[in-house]
Amino acid sequence: MLCVERLVKQYPTGDTALRGVALEVPAGQVLALIGPSGAGKSTLIRCVNRLVEPTAGRVVLEGEDVTALGPAALRRARRRMGMIFQEFALVERLSVMENVLSGRLGYVGFWRSWFRRFPPADVEEAFRLLDRVELTECCDKRADALSGGQRQRVGIARALLQNPRILLVDEPTASLDPKTSRQIMRLICELCRERKLAALINMHDVGLARLFVERIVGLRQGTIVYDGSPDGLTPEVLTTIYGEEDWAERRRGPGGEEEEPEVDEQRLAGLT
Amino acid sequence: MTGVAAAARRWTAPPLIADPWLRRGLALGAAVYLALALGTLSVSWRRVWEGLDRGAAFLVGFARPDFVSRWVEISEGILESLVMTVVATAIGILLSIPVGLGAARNLAPRPVYLLCRGLVAASRTLQEVIVAILFVAMFGFGPLAGVLTLSFATIGFLAKLLAEDIEDTDPAPAEAIRATGASWLQLLNYGIQPQVMPRLIGLSLYRLDINFRESAVIGIVGAGGVGATLNTAFDRYEYATAAAILMTIIAIVMAAEYASGLIRRRVQ
Repeated sequence: MLCVERLVKQYPTGDTALRGVALEVPAGQVLALIGPSGAGKSTLIRCVNRLVEPTAGRVVLEGEDVTALGPAALRRARRRMGMIFQEFALVERLSVMENVLSGRLGYVGFWRSWFRRFPPADVEEAFRLLDRVELTECCDKRADALSGGQRQRVGIARALLQNPRILLVDEPTASLDPKTSRQIMRLICELCRERKLAALINMHDVGLARLFVERIVGLRQGTIVYDGSPDGLTPEVLTTIYGEEDWAERRRGPGGEEEEPEVDEQRLAGLT
Repeated sequence: MTGVAAAARRWTAPPLIADPWLRRGLALGAAVYLALALGTLSVSWRRVWEGLDRGAAFLVGFARPDFVSRWVEISEGILESLVMTVVATAIGILLSIPVGLGAARNLAPRPVYLLCRGLVAASRTLQEVIVAILFVAMFGFGPLAGVLTLSFATIGFLAKLLAEDIEDTDPAPAEAIRATGASWLQLLNYGIQPQVMPRLIGLSLYRLDINFRESAVIGIVGAGGVGATLNTAFDRYEYATAAAILMTIIAIVMAAEYASGLIRRRVQ
């Protein structure tokens, strides 16, 4: 469904963020991209919808070469790629409803969007999505009046209103507390299943990624160094991705014994 | 033991200019220049003394402002100034928005950016009175020259500050709007406008009262408005009338200030 071929990105400053990344995402697959800061995770998902222009390589979405599109065709292609952001990236002074409806901007003309006269079907669908993320009663509140978890749910509704085929998700939980993080991840994964969406999710929280996704891709210095199931993330693999660290280390209990194994998962959840 | 070692260490804040000779030299140079400059301003105390008399005449005039004997001229001047102000501010805002968008580095391509910045710089270099003289020479005496002057000055002020505000906007929402497949105009309307609108409204109101004050000044060079009336009053030594005009201007500026404060608080 999404096929990334030999993708290279070199920034004007000379930093090479991606060095020939190749990745294939089948329809309906939820995939987590993990890797240390600066590994190129954000650049990779931004190259898919060309918020960042790739230097070389191709991105093919449902048979269409996104990298070869002109401006108008690119805007049409972007409609099929919903994006969810780390700091939510809502327009704070707009209402929740306006933020959600902005997901339809690729479909409606300028004057319709200027006067906020969206087609009734779009508004109906926006209400359905707000129902789904349990924010219907907030629809006329300003986005900056919401809590972090609520804002991210608005961001999710906005992305889904595009009626996308794939979700590009950039660190969806990095600004959220652990409980909200899990709820947001669960919501994203549920929605992907309901709507049979593929998703490319950047995460630095390995524990959370393990919990929710079926496939993990590890990125280091712009190169894919791991591609497989969450179960394959052994300490050796984590060392390849993140570098040397005592991955098996456990906190010593008062008696010097090792604590329960699930503590390890908790520690990994705090990994940055 | 460690306490003694810690007490022996001293710390002072690092000076702005590290080289002490350069630092003291600069301070000394500035002091000498100031002393010499003061010396060249030959203050004639006799003229100061005579001036005090005329100042007293102003004060007497202010104590008894005369709104009545020139009321027709005053009210016509004030009305003309208000019309000039409102029209010029409206035109200025309408023109400032495209220029401001063009002068924002994060929105405009390089050639457009340079063109718009050039326009802003030109407008800011020329003081209103000089622009007014030019427009009066081009289009003759009257409020047309005044309106053009104030519109031109508004572009320099508003477009520059708008452009800077646009450059300071949070790029994340704009990126999110772009990711939905929005067009450039939709990006402006959804991603940028909500972020800059409160400041644009505040600055426009501020410019409205600047323009009113300026309209009084440019009238003196013939660009219409209450300035001409004020100038005539001074020329005829009618200080009481001049005082009445100035008080009216002050009252209007204060009212505008108060009203714009109220509106700005509401849009925040």
